[in-house]
Amino acid sequence: MNFNIYDFTSFTKWIDTALNNSMSAGWATLVELIIIGIVFIAFYAVVGLYLVYAERKVCALIQNRLGPNRVGPLGLFQTIADLIKLLMKELIEIKHADKFLFNLAPFIVIIASFMAIAAIPFAKGLHAIDFNIGIFYLFAVSSLGVIGILLSGWSSNSKYSLIGAIRSGAQVVSYELSVGLALLSVVIFSGTMQLSGIVESQANGWWIIKGHIPAIISFLIFLVASTAETNRGPFDLAEAESELTAGFHTEYSGIKFAFFFLAEYMNMFIVASIAATVFLGGWMPFHIEGWTGMNNVMDYIPPFVWYLGKTVFVILVIMWFKWTFPRLRIDQLLTLEWKYLLPINLINIVLISLVVLLGWYIK
Amino acid sequence: MEQEVIKDIIIKNSDDYIINMGPQHPSTHGVLRFELCLKGETVKYIIPHCGYIHRGIEKMCEKITYPQIIHLTDRFDYLSAHINNEAVCLAVESALETEVPERVKYIRTIIAELNRLASHQLWWCAFGMDLGALTTFFYGLRDREKILDIFEESWGSRLLHSVNCPGGLMNDIHPNFQKRIKEFIKYFRKIIPEYDQLLTNNVIFQQRAIGMGYMSKEVAIEYGVTGPSGRGSGFSCDIRKKQPYSAYSKADFKEILLTEGDTYARYKVRIAEMWESMNIIEQLVDNIPEGAFTAKMKPIIKLPAGEYYQRVETARGELGVYIVSDGNKSPVRIKFRTPNFSNLFVINKIASGNKIADLVAISGSLDLVIPDIDR
Repeated sequence: MNFNIYDFTSFTKWIDTALNNSMSAGWATLVELIIIGIVFIAFYAVVGLYLVYAERKVCALIQNRLGPNRVGPLGLFQTIADLIKLLMKELIEIKHADKFLFNLAPFIVIIASFMAIAAIPFAKGLHAIDFNIGIFYLFAVSSLGVIGILLSGWSSNSKYSLIGAIRSGAQVVSYELSVGLALLSVVIFSGTMQLSGIVESQANGWWIIKGHIPAIISFLIFLVASTAETNRGPFDLAEAESELTAGFHTEYSGIKFAFFFLAEYMNMFIVASIAATVFLGGWMPFHIEGWTGMNNVMDYIPPFVWYLGKTVFVILVIMWFKWTFPRLRIDQLLTLEWKYLLPINLINIVLISLVVLLGWYIK
Repeated sequence: MEQEVIKDIIIKNSDDYIINMGPQHPSTHGVLRFELCLKGETVKYIIPHCGYIHRGIEKMCEKITYPQIIHLTDRFDYLSAHINNEAVCLAVESALETEVPERVKYIRTIIAELNRLASHQLWWCAFGMDLGALTTFFYGLRDREKILDIFEESWGSRLLHSVNCPGGLMNDIHPNFQKRIKEFIKYFRKIIPEYDQLLTNNVIFQQRAIGMGYMSKEVAIEYGVTGPSGRGSGFSCDIRKKQPYSAYSKADFKEILLTEGDTYARYKVRIAEMWESMNIIEQLVDNIPEGAFTAKMKPIIKLPAGEYYQRVETARGELGVYIVSDGNKSPVRIKFRTPNFSNLFVINKIASGNKIADLVAISGSLDLVIPDIDR
């Protein structure tokens, strides 16, 4: 076994050959699937819980408070205690609700975020599925979650939930366009839709630096649009707690509510990961052409740390939005997308095509 | 935003999409219920239902003595509790033709203005929350705490300190009172620009507030909308200027009047009133005369038979106290004209035709305190 923190390819190969040598090919695949599944569930739970903790700490910092500080050192076990509480809570049955759809909705939401996480490259060789149409796959699965939200609003037989769900539907469908077009700009730059290929293309510099002005415009649009797509403040109209009490998940309790809650935070994580992978170089270290000394120092930091650092940076920016800005109104939200972001985005795509055609970017 | 012309009389249809906002809802600030008719996101009409926290205070007052009534008045608008107390005290004192010491007048005015500041701070917190800016809440509460600490030091109680009694105050001020007020004002003058940075100058906030919930001067007068909400529409209704009581005639201040009549104007009136309150306090705090903190009163207060009316300016508008006495130690009938009751019912006029999110912003800009509506 040759475990290398800079390149997981040999490590995963070693597991694969070891399994294949000890059992038949079919069983080996099954065992591999189970291993990947367990790793992802554990990862999902840990990241979800600690994002909730992080948000509470960050918002406390912004609001002159301390945040959770009682359960465990620095309140580190607070969210675990909360999860245990939610697990033990009663699941309230709603009269006249569509039981099947009502119970199905949280699973759709959580499965959609699970599917997205599978395509994200965490480090070199640490990548569950490397589709050749990775970006396309991410568009597809990120729009699945809204089905769960619409179902939850429709089936819970509550007027507040219904308004929240319809709002969310309008919002996600609109902002998907901007998210997609912003990501397409990098596809034009790198010439591939494969996520590992996009990361490899940033070996000599991240796209946000190499693509200068058009790439920065796409990055900003992506940041705004993806915040809206994940229903987070200042675009959290689907839950808008001062208008709709809790929006689409008003009627959910216990662990089903926790599913929505976790999925929301995981979506934020996924969005931040995509931003980090596509615009900020993923697990690629920061390199400047010719500065060999500095490049060697940067190479010394493991790729997983680079990836996580960039993701955390984007997450912090998204949290900072939420705790500073007031909420938009639904018509302002749609105006922002259809009248401003989308036209800017389309012009930007043309601009990028020209830039790539004429070779006006750092190669 | 074009606004439909709304009739005063609401005609209900059986196929209206009705939702109940309240009595338990985060942005009605208490147990108030709005019956909303929605058409998509747009609100067609709003029927406010009050009475969920009715305690029958006016009836209770007919059985108790005047010094006891003062403690019940705290419970209308608990955010300007001192000013409510003052109204009853002033009514009783003018009925008895008691001359109140100058010191009492000054101290009452200072506390009233501090109370107004604290009330406007809490309104600012809650208004930000209504618009979805959650951080404002903690900024506002942080500064309000400093005012409550000043009250606590002098009288031991923070919110409903009930320090007024007919003829003066129950206790004198703490020796640190003046020093701490001056410290607070020095601190708070630096803080309001921070409020502006956080909320007032925010693009999203301005888009949400400017032009929303237009209330003309005529509507404000028709519905009797007083206080900062009325003054945002150009209705000059500041009792402190019109009928100066306590020590307001000794201070030089302006009545804030804006004519825009929208949510943003009502917001700006309150922010400007915070500055004015600080001006008033600064002028009075160094000149508190020496002397007794209460006038000599009889142990049992009996008002001569007759009718008495006194009005004061609370943080939300005009509070009137109407006392009918037959010469006994408790009134035959007492009536409170509370500002929020009048301010509430204008909501259908100014908010229908807007989006549901704007209804929350507009009702927030009227600064409703629910116990004040129901009494």
